[in-house]
Amino acid sequence: MPHDHIISAKQLSRADIEEVLDRAAEIDDNPAAFTQRHPGALLGLLFFEPSTRTKMSFTAAIKRLGGDVVDMGPVEYSSVEKGESLADTVRVVEGYADALVMRHPSEGSAKMASEFVDVPLINAGDGAGQHPTQTLLDLYTIRENAGLDDLTIGIMGDLKYGRTVHSLAHALTNFDATQHFISPESLKLPRSVRYDLHEEGATIREHTELEPILSSLDVLYVTRIQKERFPDESEYRAVAGEYQIDAQTLEEVNDDVTVLHPLPRVDEIDHDVDATEHAQFFEQAHNGVPVRMALLDLMLEGESA
Amino acid sequence: MSDDEQLRVSKIPRGTVIDHITGGEAMHVLSILGIEGGDGDTVSIVMNAPSDRLGTKDIVKVEDRELSQAELDVLSLIAPAATINIIRDFEVVEKDRVSRPEEVAGVLSCPNRNCITTGNEPVESRFDVLAEGVRCAYCGTIVRDDIADLID
Ligand SMILES: [Zn+2]
Repeated sequence: MPHDHIISAKQLSRADIEEVLDRAAEIDDNPAAFTQRHPGALLGLLFFEPSTRTKMSFTAAIKRLGGDVVDMGPVEYSSVEKGESLADTVRVVEGYADALVMRHPSEGSAKMASEFVDVPLINAGDGAGQHPTQTLLDLYTIRENAGLDDLTIGIMGDLKYGRTVHSLAHALTNFDATQHFISPESLKLPRSVRYDLHEEGATIREHTELEPILSSLDVLYVTRIQKERFPDESEYRAVAGEYQIDAQTLEEVNDDVTVLHPLPRVDEIDHDVDATEHAQFFEQAHNGVPVRMALLDLMLEGESA
Repeated sequence: MSDDEQLRVSKIPRGTVIDHITGGEAMHVLSILGIEGGDGDTVSIVMNAPSDRLGTKDIVKVEDRELSQAELDVLSLIAPAATINIIRDFEVVEKDRVSRPEEVAGVLSCPNRNCITTGNEPVESRFDVLAEGVRCAYCGTIVRDDIADLID
């Protein structure tokens, strides 16, 4: 792993991504071989906003490599409450751990924090910005189910605020992938993301309806449309209803599409999809552990070398 | 400068004349230089003078003052055709064009209120300069228009 810190999916080349996914596949094949990879290694957890799932996934990953966590705990009990800057917090905490994982509500926070520390720092979400480890586990799941080249993917839902979408779209520009973006007009990709995708020469198409393209997709990546993005409940209901899928639609239009979702979902994927072959979103969530193990393994390996 | 223009604003003994500013941007140039009028600097401004190259142009003369590189960098974003004349003893001793930098640091503030650089952190703002506009190096926000509004 040539990077000291993992801040954004943008920094990851195809070779970087493949290195992590290949290592994750090795771990998946034989997890027992990795249980003593990093005995005593300590991962510092700095979650400035709650994200139980991501935190559990990282905790499981470091423990399965033989290490452990030191956790800042909830912000209410920390020095942050007393007005300490993020730059100071990370400089103190880096002394307690071999690597840091950080989730913070402000965009650019992980990049800034990484400029103040020497231990590897992994961005586990910075506001509406980036969430690169989610992207890596998404890519791993896509590779397992459909392959990353010659891929046609539909990404649907809240494309404006969805950081998992931004990271994934960028990472896919490393592969031979055609990306379709399906969203209500008000939740289209932001300008900065569209700019990046064009810069990378990506093939992207934007739609307001799923139906016309559903049959062409290998993978449909669904994200949640949040109520808070709309002025009132009725408008939200009307719009969100257009971006829901169920088993019947999938069977009729495209019976071998893989359906993914970063979870948690509300009702954008009907529960009747869960029992079908399409549903890979729980598998996707489980893949977080081997993928984060792989990333930590590569980063810690680099540290001790 | 032609004689005609020199009549509009008299020669200065020492300081900087910024010529070929995009018409109407003179006030923004003053804000880049942090000139608000209250600090006693002698400043002369010509606005919307006819220009062969630009259609109309503004000129700003600031006495007893030379510009820092950071100031020149931001100036280049809002007045890409500007020329900088350094004056000593009423003579132009140096004449430079502004050039677009790759990045500008510490001068603009990010318009994204949720950007870490707008909080209470010991970090300077940093923007990458794009073909059109600038982009926050931390949160990625792109600004194309009204860059002058971001000056601290
Ligand atoms: Zn910013």
